[in-house]
Amino acid sequence: MAEAEESPGDRETASPRPLFAGLSDISISEDTPVEGEITIPMRSRAREFDSSTLNESVRNTIMRDLKAVGKKFMHVLYPRKSNALLRDWDLWGPLILCVSLALMLQKSSVDGEPGGGPQFAEVFVIIWFGAVTITINSKLLGGNISFFQSLCVLGYCILPLTAAMLICRLVLLAGPGPINFMIRLFVVVVMFAWSVIASTAFLADSQPPNRKALAVYPVFLFYFVISWLILTFTP
Amino acid sequence: MAAAEELAFHEFEEATNLLTETPDAVTTIRSDQLASREHVSVVVGSSVSYGAEELQEEGDKTALLQEEKPQPGFWTFDYYQSFFDVDTAQVLDRIKGSLLPRPGHNFVQHHLRNRPDLYGPFWICATLAFVLAVTGNLTLVLAQRQDPSIHYSPQFHKVTVAGITIYCYAWLVPLALWGFLRWRQGMREHMGPYSFLQTVCVYGYSLFIFIPTVVLWLIPVQWLQWLFGALALTLSAAGLVFTLWPVVQEDTRPVATALLSTVVLLHALLALGCKMYFFQPLPLQHVVPASQGTSLSPNNQLLLTPTWSIATS
Repeated sequence: MAEAEESPGDRETASPRPLFAGLSDISISEDTPVEGEITIPMRSRAREFDSSTLNESVRNTIMRDLKAVGKKFMHVLYPRKSNALLRDWDLWGPLILCVSLALMLQKSSVDGEPGGGPQFAEVFVIIWFGAVTITINSKLLGGNISFFQSLCVLGYCILPLTAAMLICRLVLLAGPGPINFMIRLFVVVVMFAWSVIASTAFLADSQPPNRKALAVYPVFLFYFVISWLILTFTP
Repeated sequence: MAAAEELAFHEFEEATNLLTETPDAVTTIRSDQLASREHVSVVVGSSVSYGAEELQEEGDKTALLQEEKPQPGFWTFDYYQSFFDVDTAQVLDRIKGSLLPRPGHNFVQHHLRNRPDLYGPFWICATLAFVLAVTGNLTLVLAQRQDPSIHYSPQFHKVTVAGITIYCYAWLVPLALWGFLRWRQGMREHMGPYSFLQTVCVYGYSLFIFIPTVVLWLIPVQWLQWLFGALALTLSAAGLVFTLWPVVQEDTRPVATALLSTVVLLHALLALGCKMYFFQPLPLQHVVPASQGTSLSPNNQLLLTPTWSIATS
């Protein structure tokens, strides 16, 4: 009924609006059911993507993750103000670095003496609980970085120190001596500064400006302790 | 309206009077909160002369709401975030205040101002624990340089020992002190006891002076080490005593002296224990073979000769 009343009205107003001229002519009888298919192109593309990662070879999967890790290593080695580390965070890199650092800090001989170097578990606990404490500290101070992003940045920035550990172990093969110690000290100091600068470049922006020093100091302490562990390593 | 203008003028005076009367009021810079408090105080305090009973009820309601602002529960993150509400400048100011205690200069009143933070105590304790372990290890390195027969090892277990000692001291002793002061609360009229967080803050910031002292303990001259230790201990203990004195002076004489001397004694024990454990002059088991060598520096010889004579007597 409303349509019947509207149609003369529509015809009258049809001339200024030719777009809706044919609207009154459309009528759907009750016999034909309204049905059809609605396809959303995005969804089908996503489905294709899922099935392709499920069916791809293991080598492809591993290479993709390794490439992501390698790209982040590059970001750490040449720290710029980029969001790549923060946007797609992952914890593979920190795990690889932490395990390799802890393995390299093992003494080769077991003396059984009380004052030995750190055990594997001790290094692991220091790195992960240190990173968690720093993250909680920066969140409590009002930073707007997420928990895992911060863990990711702190873990990846251990890369220079792991490289320093490798160099120290190689230098120690040459035999102890004061020159040996000077080389190791220089390398560790340079890598420590690199780690602190790299992590500060990523983390400092997330803090309110009057608390930046409060959030950066624990990072400094964290890398200082790891550098100390590396410097005092004796095979 | 003239009444409203008069109201505005009186509001200001009443607000300042209220602020001086209640020293527990938190000094925030939120002007809108202050304004609403002024408004509330005037409406409730004055008589109902402008005839709006609902206005007074509203004032009562807002007064209640203001005082009973729901504290976030201790399981929420915001509760702990309120303890880290400090800026860099404030932390540095509190550290400076702990380094230079003056009689009558109460750390809690002048520096904390009812906004105790947990950042200072936590990170000062962490820094002190690591610095103790690192410098203790460094003294071993320096001792080995002079006497190559000493076996050097990284001594990583000292980090654990240092951490546990410092953290237990900085958190359990304030707990005991706070509990004791609350127990004796009845004897006091003027000042209420400090809250637990304020006590933790005082102890935490008082430990800051030990960080440069521990670094200075690297110098292997014995009398200089004792001098630095005594200096740090007096400054730190003086800070604690001057802070606790206003709270304790209204108590009975014996209790007050006992409390203050216990506080100073515990502090001295901590300093002495750290010096003895982390900065041993030489590992004692290597004294006897080392004394037979001739390549000793004068420092070590001075230390070694008494023990060697005891061993041979």
